[in-house]
Amino acid sequence: MAMKNKERKKIIQAIPFMLPSLVGMVLFSLLPMVIAIALSFTDWSGLGKFSFSMVSRQFIGLENYKRLLSQGEFWSAVGHVMYFVALYLPISFFFSMMVALLLNSGKKLSGLYRILYYIPVLTSWVAASLIWKWVLSSQYGVFNSILSIFGIQGPDWLTNKYWAMPGIVLASVWKDMGFYGLYIFGGLRTIDTGYYEAAQIDGAGKWVTLTRITIPLLSPTLFYCLIMSLINAFQLFPQVQIMTEGGPNGATQVPVERIYTYAFSYFKMGYAAAFSWLLFLIILVLTMVQLKAQKAWVHYEA
Amino acid sequence: MKVKRLVSMGLAAVLAAGVTACGSSQDKSATEQTANENQTGTSESASAESASPESNDSESDAPITITYANFNASGGNEETLNKMYEAFHKAYPNITVKIETIAMDDYFTTMQTRIAGGTGPDCLEMNIENFGTYASQGILEELTGADTEGMNQTALQAFQYDGTQYGLPENFSTVVLVYNKDLFDKAGIDYPSDSWTRDDVDAAAEKIRALGDDIYGIYQPVTYNEFYKVAAQYGGSLLDADKTEFTINSEENVTALQSMVDRVQKTNVQPTEEQMGGMGDWDLFESGRLGMIPTGTWCFNTFKDACDFNWDICVEPGETQKATHFFANALVVNKDASAEAKAAAQKWITWLASSSDAAQIRLDAGWDLPALDDTSKLSSYLEQTPPENRQAVFDSLNDIVLPPIINDYQQMSDIITDCISKAAKGECTAKEALDDAQSQCEAAIKLK
Repeated sequence: MAMKNKERKKIIQAIPFMLPSLVGMVLFSLLPMVIAIALSFTDWSGLGKFSFSMVSRQFIGLENYKRLLSQGEFWSAVGHVMYFVALYLPISFFFSMMVALLLNSGKKLSGLYRILYYIPVLTSWVAASLIWKWVLSSQYGVFNSILSIFGIQGPDWLTNKYWAMPGIVLASVWKDMGFYGLYIFGGLRTIDTGYYEAAQIDGAGKWVTLTRITIPLLSPTLFYCLIMSLINAFQLFPQVQIMTEGGPNGATQVPVERIYTYAFSYFKMGYAAAFSWLLFLIILVLTMVQLKAQKAWVHYEA
Repeated sequence: MKVKRLVSMGLAAVLAAGVTACGSSQDKSATEQTANENQTGTSESASAESASPESNDSESDAPITITYANFNASGGNEETLNKMYEAFHKAYPNITVKIETIAMDDYFTTMQTRIAGGTGPDCLEMNIENFGTYASQGILEELTGADTEGMNQTALQAFQYDGTQYGLPENFSTVVLVYNKDLFDKAGIDYPSDSWTRDDVDAAAEKIRALGDDIYGIYQPVTYNEFYKVAAQYGGSLLDADKTEFTINSEENVTALQSMVDRVQKTNVQPTEEQMGGMGDWDLFESGRLGMIPTGTWCFNTFKDACDFNWDICVEPGETQKATHFFANALVVNKDASAEAKAAAQKWITWLASSSDAAQIRLDAGWDLPALDDTSKLSSYLEQTPPENRQAVFDSLNDIVLPPIINDYQQMSDIITDCISKAAKGECTAKEALDDAQSQCEAAIKLK
């Protein structure tokens, strides 16, 4: 009982510190989410004046959800983002890990590397997408001209329906690896060097050290990065909107891009709201699954 | 342990909630834009208000400040618009207009957010593509107090919805065939003329294509915008006469699309998307490697500066008949505004659309063409060169095709572009592409 009171007091003390971000979250995330539920049951265009009486006047029940689930477009958009995640997650983790190990190697230049790899993270997605659009241009792009040095004929990245998504993955990995790399680097720094000394004495090789010591002790950090990157990946939007606009032939149409298009260019706000709620549910379920699955591989005992 | 799990579950929910953050960024860009608004009106508004604070005139003569949002002045003509406003304010000293100029890319999302939020401007500029959607939503005021005499009748009709006048045509532009004279000389062929058909264009394009590996005959993108016009050149259309049914896969339309696709796939007088490699079509023309390009009259100033070769224009050739794109912007009044603001707004937009002062300022600045019926008032437009054959702009008005405006215009246009670009890539036939577009449009869009 005494313990509980103490905790309650702690929470009360914390509230003033949380207030600024709490207000922001309620106003700009929670409130829109609640309004979006109401909107998802209407056929509001997003153009007419918003009012509460409009919600009851234009109420159409579950019609939007029915249409969404029965039309191929929703499933193909989800399929495309799944494809993106399947490509992006392993590649991004591999390169983030490389960046982290490079930063952790303690070489002279690691301070410089830290800056270099973090610059893409600070770049706005709009600028980065525009640059990558040119880098991946099939005729005039840097990427394909580098490939041609090795005698490889590069694909028509963003204009070919099979290569457009890998092209977007490439840009995303480039932008994100510094962020997750720095996180993993932070995780690496918290590992007690004593473990490595002990392993060395026991005669463990590099591979065994990596798989038996580094990765298990790093697992809480990796888990955090996994959840973050998965949620972010499902919200894939700016790079698609700028680099391909969902094309070619809809090969890179993803949920958030569809939500934006329906809300702001097709004037079907109700439909878009329903779409965003289905996306929220998908992300929620996936995150819950990961939280359950973490027991199998995440070690908090460090 | 339990607390930790609860906390992490909560964390997961919060992270997932980030989905909605995208929606709020829209609001942000809208407010940023508002902050950028042009403040010219404010100083005058002070003097106008102090001039006759106690005047007992009728309501319409009382000083009033209205807001006007537009996209067309952004990127170079802000000063021209200010000049127009100053002339207007001299004639109507009691009406102060606060002008907000917002770049096209943000304009319609900004307007949508503001109108839905009840903070829309009193009057605003609207393009022809969005006009139908806005009018159908009942957010535009019927223009009863506007004097429409002297306005271009075609343009005026384009801004009626269900027989009601909701918009006044502010300006217009058409699409003409721009051609590189030097390449025609090099190929030793005659320049395009008004008597040409698409077959003549094809023949010339092949001769020019033969000049070099990276020289192309023509560029007319296989997209919705070009397609509905080419369809009209073959006597086809996307909707039936009373706009109750889609006729996208009609025989005429298939022939039309086939002729567009052949230029890319068969004769390759037009570059494929891969051959373009992300280059813009104007860039290709400016680089001197493109023989012909059907494009808007708004290209004149850009091409004048960018092209170091001779070029000219003619009315775009058709096939069974001519058909020319016609674009106009409308001036509309927000239904949500106060009665006094609506009355003042109608005076401002009528003046802007049809007064000879406004027209002259517009022409002097080389901005665009005011949508006046009497083209003799526009004669100073003809004196500027290049192109030599500016008369073609007026001639092209004889055969215009209006965009098939429906409520779900943007969605229809996206579906059709998607389907026909497959045909342009050779992934399906013209017939398959249009059958697909027809069934997708029927499934997704309800016509009245």
